Amino acid sequence: MNGVHDMGGMHGFGRVVFERHEPVFHAAWEGRLFALRRAAGAWRKWNIDASRYFIERLEPVDYLAASYYARQYLGFVELLIERGLLTRAEIESGRPAAGDSKLAPPLTADKIPQMVVNGSPTSRDAGQPPRVRVGQLVRTRKINPVGHTRLPRYVRGRTGTIVRDHGVFVFPDSNAQFQGEQPQHLYSVRFSARELWGDETNACDSVYLDLWDAYLEAA
Amino acid sequence: MARVAAPPKSHAHDHERQDVPSDVALRVMSLESLLIEKGIVDKAALDALIDTYEHKIGPRNGARVVARAWSDPSYRERLLGDATAAIAELGFKGMQGEHMVVVENTPTVHNLVVCTLCSCYPWPVLGLPPVWYKSSPYRARAVLDPRGVLREFGVNLSEDVEVRVWDSTAEIRYLVLPQRPTGTEHLNEEQLAMLVTRDSMVGVARELSSRAQERA
Repeated sequence: MNGVHDMGGMHGFGRVVFERHEPVFHAAWEGRLFALRRAAGAWRKWNIDASRYFIERLEPVDYLAASYYARQYLGFVELLIERGLLTRAEIESGRPAAGDSKLAPPLTADKIPQMVVNGSPTSRDAGQPPRVRVGQLVRTRKINPVGHTRLPRYVRGRTGTIVRDHGVFVFPDSNAQFQGEQPQHLYSVRFSARELWGDETNACDSVYLDLWDAYLEAA
Repeated sequence: MARVAAPPKSHAHDHERQDVPSDVALRVMSLESLLIEKGIVDKAALDALIDTYEHKIGPRNGARVVARAWSDPSYRERLLGDATAAIAELGFKGMQGEHMVVVENTPTVHNLVVCTLCSCYPWPVLGLPPVWYKSSPYRARAVLDPRGVLREFGVNLSEDVEVRVWDSTAEIRYLVLPQRPTGTEHLNEEQLAMLVTRDSMVGVARELSSRAQERA
């Protein structure tokens, strides 16, 4: 979707504000929220692409007004409701619906070290061949999907060079909407800064993006 | 296509916009109680997760990777060839670092990492991202005006140094291998690790000092 989350190349946000000796969490609730999202994620009712998509679908003014963790809170609540872990009434009242028996949380403290080092790899063993080769010139498709995509606006319809084939990975555009993983090759693609931004940029600079087969066509 | 969820009926619509962040602390507290009461999450697991990312995983991990690469040419080669495996040799792997790529700075190349679409960052080696990395100005400008962003971080690149910006649009996570400072030939790996800053491994710093710095 062409949302405000797709910020690459936008003007008007001002300087980057740098804080020295920054804490990991600026308030206790940020850490609690960080942990809640991971612990609730252990029910496997959603995937990382869906959790991003729910944040992208915040109203643009809410997205921009909220801090990183406030934004995550807003997306998380909608995810919990849509995927059936909580009802809106429960969230608004702060109380469980009457008559529910208590569940057993899938993620307990003893499982954290293993969960952290295992992660959730999104590479897949699917055997399909790559559609393009390292060194090949490609053009990104000019698409404006209303759903989730990881093809930023600033790179659509541009020509670049395949520099690396990462192998086969889950495709976020379908996975975010629970329409299957559609695993396909993912490539590192180099675009010259001039191809993206015009002739006033430095001729030797470039931007690399990781893009799936479905985003690319032969140049 | 799946039904598009209604925009969050956050209480933002009932109050002033500024309320989006201001009462979020209370709302998160209430949500935590509810999720614990229903047995959806376990409180001790939450505490353990927070402890892990506040105290155990951070940029010192990445600094050890860099120092090893500076000290051991065969490790450097493995790191540039298969970063995930080479980083795992030091015990760093997993969540948000499942698929790693290391990009090397040289006298003629400078690398800068960003995630324009959200805030992807290599957790096993750098910990959770700082606020500036997640901020709109950084996400917006790193791809369009990397040299301007670098100037704000105090890095003035000459025109003939090539800038490579890595936009983390997939589940590949990037770590910059900064250049080893001159005058450090006598230092061992542990001492070298002390010289490596988080910012140099994201690419918003370039020249490292040959003497241990105050950590950002």
